[in-house]
Amino acid sequence: MDRFRMIFQYFHSNSESVMNGICGLLALASVKMYTCFDFSCPCLPQYNMAYGLGIMFVPPVILFLCGLILNRQSLVMLDEWRRPQGHRKKDLAVIRYMCSSIVQRAMVAPVIWIIVALLDGKCLICAFSGSMDPEKFVGFANVTPVQVEQLLAKVPCKDDELMRNNTSRKAVSRYLRCWSQALGWSILLILIIAAFLARCLRPCFNQATLLQARHWSNYIDIEQKIFEETCCEHSRLFAHQCILHFFESMQQEIKLHNFNLPREGERDEGEEDLLRGITGQDQVNKLLKTWYYEKPPLDVSQATQR
Amino acid sequence: MDKFRMIFQFFQSNQESFMNGICGIMALASTQMYSAFDFNCPCLPLYNMAYGLGILLVPPFILFLLGFVLNNNISMLAEEWRRPQGQRGKDPAVLRYMFCSMAQRAMIAPAVWVSVTLLDGKCITCAFCTSVPVETLGNASHLLLSQGEIQRVLARIPCKEIYNGQELIANEVAVRYLRCISQALGWCFVLLMTTLAFLVRSLRPCFSQAAFLKSRYWSHYIDIERKLFDETCAEHAKSFAKVCIQQFFEGMSTDLVAARCHLPRKTSEDAGEASKKLLGITDQSTMNMALKSWHRCKPPLHLHPPALPSGNGWAGEGQPPLQPSTPRRETAAYYSLV
Repeated sequence: MDRFRMIFQYFHSNSESVMNGICGLLALASVKMYTCFDFSCPCLPQYNMAYGLGIMFVPPVILFLCGLILNRQSLVMLDEWRRPQGHRKKDLAVIRYMCSSIVQRAMVAPVIWIIVALLDGKCLICAFSGSMDPEKFVGFANVTPVQVEQLLAKVPCKDDELMRNNTSRKAVSRYLRCWSQALGWSILLILIIAAFLARCLRPCFNQATLLQARHWSNYIDIEQKIFEETCCEHSRLFAHQCILHFFESMQQEIKLHNFNLPREGERDEGEEDLLRGITGQDQVNKLLKTWYYEKPPLDVSQATQR
Repeated sequence: MDKFRMIFQFFQSNQESFMNGICGIMALASTQMYSAFDFNCPCLPLYNMAYGLGILLVPPFILFLLGFVLNNNISMLAEEWRRPQGQRGKDPAVLRYMFCSMAQRAMIAPAVWVSVTLLDGKCITCAFCTSVPVETLGNASHLLLSQGEIQRVLARIPCKEIYNGQELIANEVAVRYLRCISQALGWCFVLLMTTLAFLVRSLRPCFSQAAFLKSRYWSHYIDIERKLFDETCAEHAKSFAKVCIQQFFEGMSTDLVAARCHLPRKTSEDAGEASKKLLGITDQSTMNMALKSWHRCKPPLHLHPPALPSGNGWAGEGQPPLQPSTPRRETAAYYSLV
């Protein structure tokens, strides 16, 4: 029972902090992934927008799904949602609470990716350099439309021969970057204000229902863990009984076949007990072969009744 | 009781230091964010001021709000503010104390950002380069340019590689001038903040110290009480779950015995113990049925009275019922002297 108590304490004290820890790790991983990723704009008119926006939005979707997968509570919530009613009523408020807490944690890493991408600016420069108005920038004003499209598409590539020392390229790049950073900071500001208001104003609405939902969602999680732990413990005991029974039946079979004359008192009783009558190489081989070819049935009712 | 004493000490000693730690981490994070952020002045007349002042003021606001969001006490404060009075009076002084202490901690990271930004100088250079006094630092009468042209030229001061107004005013001169002003502002800001903090700390004991001690005590109390309540509910949930699962398995094995009409076999004590440990489930089909039943037909959240443990840790005598349909009501045995 002591062991169970220790395990209970571990489960409780750590379930929220485990989820927060995973959320934080994913956020750090998303920043690291972005910095390691070698962004390489194709600098071609049709491909730029697809590449730029793709890099901005596809990894966040992946990170969101990872956040859902790595969170143990999503399975618990799905289980609670889909189970038949049985003897226990289902409380939608609990399911809603669990769902919102899972989604909030899973949204952190994608949002961080998007904000870092916007503050960095490369994605937006790549995606929207082709949509700039060439009249605003001196170097692109007196060029044919087809050429202007090509030139604008090459703006993100600093090392291209046409663009290497082009001041207009730098102007376009700076302009787009400024907008990208402004957008990034604005999104961050809006999200933080929303989080702040949500935290401050939540106690004003249905606080009692929230406390109940939180308690029962925690309860469901603990109950599932205890059930799994009980099943593990049960299967360990079951296996123990099953194997003991197997060894005893092998011992009986060997006694029947070998007609060993009982030797008196030369061997230590304790050791003989541990060896369970299997004392020769061919006996062990026979036991192993039987274990592989004829596993015992999953039924220890007779073993426990003996 | 030992366990709870340890927990009390932990909560008391670490709540303040935990928040101080978060505050320090955020201050470091704010300097790190600033150095990682790639400042990119647009070098266009109208955009410069918006960008420069935006970078100077928006991130501190974000950091300030983040300081509140990360502080668990904000929801506690809101809860205490909005709760119905019930049988416990509300003290606005306690709420004010909680808010002030949170606000003070949340102000540190924004102050660090603003100081670092001013001392670095890029923001002010970007925002105010069009307001450089050309008459005193350069030669305004040298080139006959319209006001708009001058503004456009001056706006390019932060972008050295495209600056084309060397005759109007030398780039280094303008940048040095702006940077000097920015750093002066930065140091004045740091001095002001530090003086304010010093005054607040040293003069506070002169004003209503007794009321302050009272507010501080009760705000700690509310925090500890809430944590303890959460801890108690969690303990209760664990015990509840344990008993519920035990009764589930017992119910299953009684059902099985009834269904199979086993002839009662004479069992030795050892076998009885082994069977009890196996919760009455001794073969594959029974286990499968138990697992299926656990999913299809979860047991109700209603424990049978005979099976409840007599001494369940420390809360056996006074567990308040959590399900309204429990027929046996037990009242809590605590008497609060608050």
